[in-house]
Formats: sequence, structure tokens, C-alpha cells
Amino acid sequence: MPEGAKNDDKKFPSELFDLLAGNNELELEDVDILLDELQILFQPGMMMAAPPTVAALKAAAKPTSLLDAPFTLPVQKYPGQVAEVTLGATKKDGGSRGKTITIGGEKSPAFYTFENPTLNPPVVSFDVFDSKTALPKAVRNELGDAYQDPVSWAKFVVDKLGADMVTLHLVSIDPLNPKPATPAEAVRTVEDVLQAVDVPLVVGGCGDPEKDLAVFEKVTAACEGERLLISTITLDMDIEKSAKLVEKHGHVALAFSPMDLNQARELNRRLLEYLPKDRIIMDTTTAALGYGLDYAFTIMERARISGLLGDPELQQPMSSGTTNAWAAREAWKTLDPEWGDKNLRGPLWEVVTGLTLMLAGVDLFMMLHPAAVKTLRNVIKRLTTKTGTLDTEKIASWVSSTL
Amino acid sequence: MSEKQKGGLKQLSPIDIYSLLPKTNCKECGEDNCMAFATKLVNREINLDKCTPLQDAKYKKNYAKLAEMLKPAVKEVTIGVGDKAVTIGGKLVMYRHELTYTNPTAIAIDVTDEMSDEEISSRVKYTQDFSYIYIGNNLQLQMIAVRSTSNDAEKFKAAVKKVAEQTNLPIVLCSYDAAIVESGLMAIPKARPLLYAATKDNWKEMAELALMYKCPLVVSAPNDISLLRSLVKTMIAYGVEDVVLDPGTFANAGLGETINNFTMIRRAACNLGDELLAHPTIGTPITAWTEPAPNATLTAWKEAQVAAMLVTRYADALIMHAAEGWSLLPLTVLRQNIYTDPRKPVAVKAEMVAIGTPDENSPVLMTSNFALTYYTVAQDIESSGNSVYLIVVDSEGTAIDSGVAGRKMTAETIADAIKESGVEDKVKHRKLIIPGKAARLSGELEELSKWEVMVGPQDSSGIAKFLQEKWK
Repeated sequence: MPEGAKNDDKKFPSELFDLLAGNNELELEDVDILLDELQILFQPGMMMAAPPTVAALKAAAKPTSLLDAPFTLPVQKYPGQVAEVTLGATKKDGGSRGKTITIGGEKSPAFYTFENPTLNPPVVSFDVFDSKTALPKAVRNELGDAYQDPVSWAKFVVDKLGADMVTLHLVSIDPLNPKPATPAEAVRTVEDVLQAVDVPLVVGGCGDPEKDLAVFEKVTAACEGERLLISTITLDMDIEKSAKLVEKHGHVALAFSPMDLNQARELNRRLLEYLPKDRIIMDTTTAALGYGLDYAFTIMERARISGLLGDPELQQPMSSGTTNAWAAREAWKTLDPEWGDKNLRGPLWEVVTGLTLMLAGVDLFMMLHPAAVKTLRNVIKRLTTKTGTLDTEKIASWVSSTL
Repeated sequence: MSEKQKGGLKQLSPIDIYSLLPKTNCKECGEDNCMAFATKLVNREINLDKCTPLQDAKYKKNYAKLAEMLKPAVKEVTIGVGDKAVTIGGKLVMYRHELTYTNPTAIAIDVTDEMSDEEISSRVKYTQDFSYIYIGNNLQLQMIAVRSTSNDAEKFKAAVKKVAEQTNLPIVLCSYDAAIVESGLMAIPKARPLLYAATKDNWKEMAELALMYKCPLVVSAPNDISLLRSLVKTMIAYGVEDVVLDPGTFANAGLGETINNFTMIRRAACNLGDELLAHPTIGTPITAWTEPAPNATLTAWKEAQVAAMLVTRYADALIMHAAEGWSLLPLTVLRQNIYTDPRKPVAVKAEMVAIGTPDENSPVLMTSNFALTYYTVAQDIESSGNSVYLIVVDSEGTAIDSGVAGRKMTAETIADAIKESGVEDKVKHRKLIIPGKAARLSGELEELSKWEVMVGPQDSSGIAKFLQEKWK
């Protein structure tokens, strides 16, 4: 029985027995159920053939003032905690970044701020590609000429859009390219971008396990101490070698698994043999809204809850390749006019993908469209800022205002 | 989570259910035996009423016990009447991975009693006609919210009447003034609209209306769950059974509190057995318009964000203002995603699909009917600019590698799919490109199908290159 119910319901028992006497449909042994439930049982609509006395009694029992029913916050304690991971290193830590960024550390599911405050708000990193990429027109429009080369692109998002972080995708190294970039060329690109901007950097490969490792080998050494996020280490790579590179040169590993909690766990377990807990971030795969977001969401939510409940292999902060939202054709295609301007629909597709995963527990977003990034950062701010007194009158006014 | 489960979802085992069944193994429910029926009941895949013997008077007590055990943690509330009536709530669990969510969030678009007839008509028509076919689902909007901005009972009544004449979608009557709500009710006395809303100031009048017209009633207490519980308790004592909870939707300052409130309510209902909060919730992203941005597009943009978050965080119904395709399409797709069955991979129809404008010399490829695989492959082929026939093989909704490993996709099923697809009448050649991950089926498949099998790339991103190099 909910707290606060006892006092107000004291008057009921004797009346109940009167009621029961007038209704042989009910058996007396049922009386031991909770009073609250009995109250419900005796609602007029439920007793079609209720004798008039019941109705009369019921009418008399209508409350004349609000019944008291205080609410206690449903707070829970969790045995586990998400690891805190810092990205980027300033001069005093052996790097060259103007600032560092720390994510993770959660003691509760995402934004359960009634239990614990959000220790480190989620962060958005802007995607930058090192070679010409087929970008949706809605994105190209926002970037102007900046996206022609990675240095001006990175400078644009940091200087003009206030990016907290940049993700440099080295797609040029892909062996499937007609002329794949060499590891040495890739290092030069990373160094150029590091020179151009002073935010923490994510360095991403092309997805080929061997070529990525060859490039990571050079990049981790050349950028020693910068605490880059090396994206991504996968189960089909030489994990020992990858992890040792990340460890030796002072970086952080991004552990990517293909929407499978067991694989995520296995990968973390193997990385944890070589790397401390504060040097791994996990990515369990982001599928676009409408193209598997439900799986992405559920895997992430399960990972986070398992970690909080004590699974030591799922206690890493989570990252999401939210840019994948643009894989959905509804994000970039011109549809019938009723579906509106794709320059709005596209970025909103990215926003909705991001917000959904943010509620599952994602700590680091890699995103593409400036308006989508701005929106997510804005929502993060709103979610983590404790407000004073809320203007309930104002929001209640939606009912009668001409909006 | 480690919390106590009301309704015993976590603790409820088929044995608990079985022990209360008649154990006749009569098969009248369509299951092989009572134990199989019990298992389906626990998974909410079948209804208790399917058990014929259980309907007998001598099982009355067992029936009641079973019904109580299987009762959803969140009550179901039906709004409207007829074939467009919408049921909200009925949630069994807090988290999606525990069990499928039932009753997708019902979305209402508003009209006011001061809008012109044309505007009302066009907004009603927009809401009613909204339709987007997505993986075999028709995404739609469910309700019209009529608001009284005139504060004039007659005007409100006229507006409600106008709406009801044009649609049988369920209606939400919105005003804090019971007299105005009642004038709206008089226009549609038997339509079972949702009444918005009872507050600490008008609860008695609203409760009387809900009783008199047998309507579900929203109780509203922005950012005050104690008051919300108090209102529910009072309503229940008053005799109003169908209650919907509105903890207030703050689109700007207070968004964090809003997400917290919806979360706490659902946790209390699903995991802590709080009967007073075991009712469906309603969110009102429309409040974004009470603090408008510099232009309407930006306000709609904000409304859409709040709505999306509330679909994910437990709102069973939403009231929205922007009737914009660009903002509502992502929202309705998200709702479809969140309400899929997490136990079953989403599958697409197993059939042959023409991508581009294939002719008799075009390549023939195959993939699985796992939605994620299918869409990725189709997308990759489409963006490569090639025209092909793609045979989608029923792999019971599993990906290629797991389908092959688990024998859900075999040389036989692929050979059958080729036959059934009718592709042999479409192309002159007999060459099938199979995914690299199904390579080991190639020999057997050649024998069975009499087609030449070409092993394609491991990942569909390599299809363009593969076709360029290998397809002559």
C-alpha cells in the first residue's frame, strides 16, 4: 500500500462489510487484499448491477479535499561505476592541447540526476575527413569550402563553430582506394591537424584491420603524449599489439564491437590486459534512426546498466558514431513535399539519433552537421543545468494561449 | 535491474502460471500443452482468454489470480471509440530489453477554437492523412487536441463539433475550466475524449465530468510528483478509474527535471509497485511554443527534440503543435523503433527487389532478410549506381554469417528463393553473386540451383568495386 494511504482509508472497513453483505457475488476470503485495491474494485462502472445502496454509499465517500500521497524519490544504489577517461593532454602532461576533456564516471543511468548528478556531461566531437567524401548536400551547405581539406575543415569547426573535439577520419589510407595513403602520409595529416587546432583529437582509421594497425603504429609514436583517442580497435585486429601501442605512447583506445554485447565484453576484457581502465572507451555501433537504432539503443542501455550493476567489462564510457544517421535515406533524400525541407529533416535525423543514444548512456558523440552538433550540445546543457524554481504557470499556459 | 518487479515479470516463471491452469492439455488454445500456453502467457504472446476450460465457473478464483499476476505494471487507458480508438499505457517493463513495449506513444496535433474553419480543417486533415510506409508499417498520428483559447464555452463547443464532423480520430479536450470542457463534451457526449486536465484547483469539477461522461482524465501537476500522486489518489477515491499522468513538460529550463520525472514515475510503477503512479503518462512538447524561439521553424525544431526524448523516456501520449513533415517523420520513425520487439530481429519481406533499372543482362545478387543487412546492402548497391536484381532470402531475420552458421540460411533455402523469385524469367544469364560471408555454401548451391555462383565481397561496401572488376 502506498505510504500515506493508511489514515485516509481508516473509515473504509466497516462500510466494506456492509457492501459485501449486499453482494453475494463476492467471497469474504477476498477481503484480505489491500484496501487500495478494494477501493478500485468498487468503482461504479465496474459493478454493473450494483444495488442502489452501493451507489449512495459511494457518493457519500467521494473525497471533498485532496488526499495526501507524498512521493519518495525512487533512488537506488549501484555497485558499479563507469570509468573516467581523459582525452587530450596539455603541455604540462606532455601534449600540446589547449585543454583536455574528461568523460564518464557515471554512478547512475544517463541523466538519472535524481540519484546522482552528471559528473562529466557528454561531449560532441566534429567529424573531419582527410579526403574528399561524399557528404550530404545539407552538410556541404553548412561547411562552405572548409571541407576541401582536413586542416581547413578542422580549423573551421574549432574556430567558427566552437568544437570541443575533432575526429579526424583517415579514410585516405583505405587499401581499396586507387592510391591509398601511406602510414607516413597519414602521420603528416595528423600532425598538420594537431598544429592547426588545439582541441583533443580522435584519430580514426579506415576499417581495414591491418592497414589501420600499420597507420596507428606510426601515429601513436609520432604523437606521443597527446592522449589521442585511437579509433578503432576491433576484435579482428592484433589486439595485443594495438593495445601496447596505445599504452606505450600515452593514448586512449576506442574499442569497437558490432552490436553484440558479448563481443563488446570480450574486446574490453582483452584490452584491459594491457591498458588501465581509464584508457578505454567503447563503441557498440550506432545504427541510423529507422535503420536499426532500436538495436543500437538497447545494446547501449544494456551495456550501461550491466556496468552499473557491477559487470567490470562494461564499465567504459561509450562513444557513438552518430554521423551514421546520414545512412538513412530519409535523412538526405528529397522526398515528397509533405515531408518537408531535407535541410531540416536531415540534421534532425542526426539529432534524434544522438538524443536517443544519449538517453542510453553515450558519453562521446561523433557528429557531422553543425546544427545537429549545436542542438545536442544545447540539450546536454539543459539536461545538466540545475534550475531553480520552474515557471509552471508559463508552461501550463499552452492550454489556453494562441501559440 | 535489481529492483523488485511489480507484476512479478522477472520472478514470474511459466511454472507459477502453469500451477493455476486447468492442466487439461486440451490444445483448445492452439498450444500443444498447458506448459507451452503458460510460457506464452509469461512472454505476453497469448491472452488468458484463449484457455477455454479456465473460463468455467469453478476456475473463477484461479482466473482472477492469473489475471492479477499478468496485469501490466502500467494500466491501459483507451481514448475515443470505434476503430480509431487508441489505447495507451499497458507497459509491463521499464526497459526495452526486458520485454516489448506495448501501445506505441499516441501523438496528438492541436487545433484551437479561435482558428479559422479552414485552418482547423487543414490541420485535422493533415493529422488524419499522415502516413509513411516504413518496413511494412504505416506510421500515423492518432489524435486531435482541441484547445480553448477563446475561453468561450460556445466557441469551444463549435470547434469540437467541427473537428468531430471531419474525423473519427480520438479527441483531447484541453482547458482548465471545467465548464468549457463540459461544453466541448456536449458536442461529443459519447466519443470518450481524453479530458485535459484536472489540477489541484479544478479536480472536483473535472472528476465529475469524467464520471458523468465516462471519460479518461489527465491529472496535471508540473514538476510535483507528490501532488500528482495526491491527485491520482483523490481521483480513484472519487470513482475515476482511467487516469493519465502529466508531470509537466519543460522544453527549456527544467528539461532535466522533466526527463527525471517521467523516469521516476515509470520506475515507481514498474519496479516499485507504486499503484498510484501505475498509469499512462502524457507529455506536452507543445509547451516549447510558450517560450518561442525567434522563428517558428526553430520552435518546431525544439519541440521535436523534446518529443523524441519523451518517446524514448516513457511518454505514452504526446501533444504537439508543429504539423511539419520534417519534424514528425523522424519522430514517428523513432516511435516505431522504440516499440519493436527486442527479442526478434526486424526482418524485411523475403522477395526479389529491383534496384535501379535492371535488364536481362544485369547482375543478380542475394542477401538475407535481416532488416539491417538488407538496408545496408540495398543502400550500398543504390549508391554505387548499378542496376541489379537483389534476391532477399528468408534467414529468419538473422545476418548472413549467423544465418549460415545457425543453418537458418542454407543452400536449399537460397536455391528455393531463386526459383520462387522468378528471376529466371528476368535475366538471360545464370550467375548469382553471394555475400563473401556465405562463401561456404557456394559448391552445394551450384549443384542445387544449377546457377554459377560467384563469391562477392565480405562487406557490401565492396559491391561497387566487385561489380566493376568481376561483372562482364
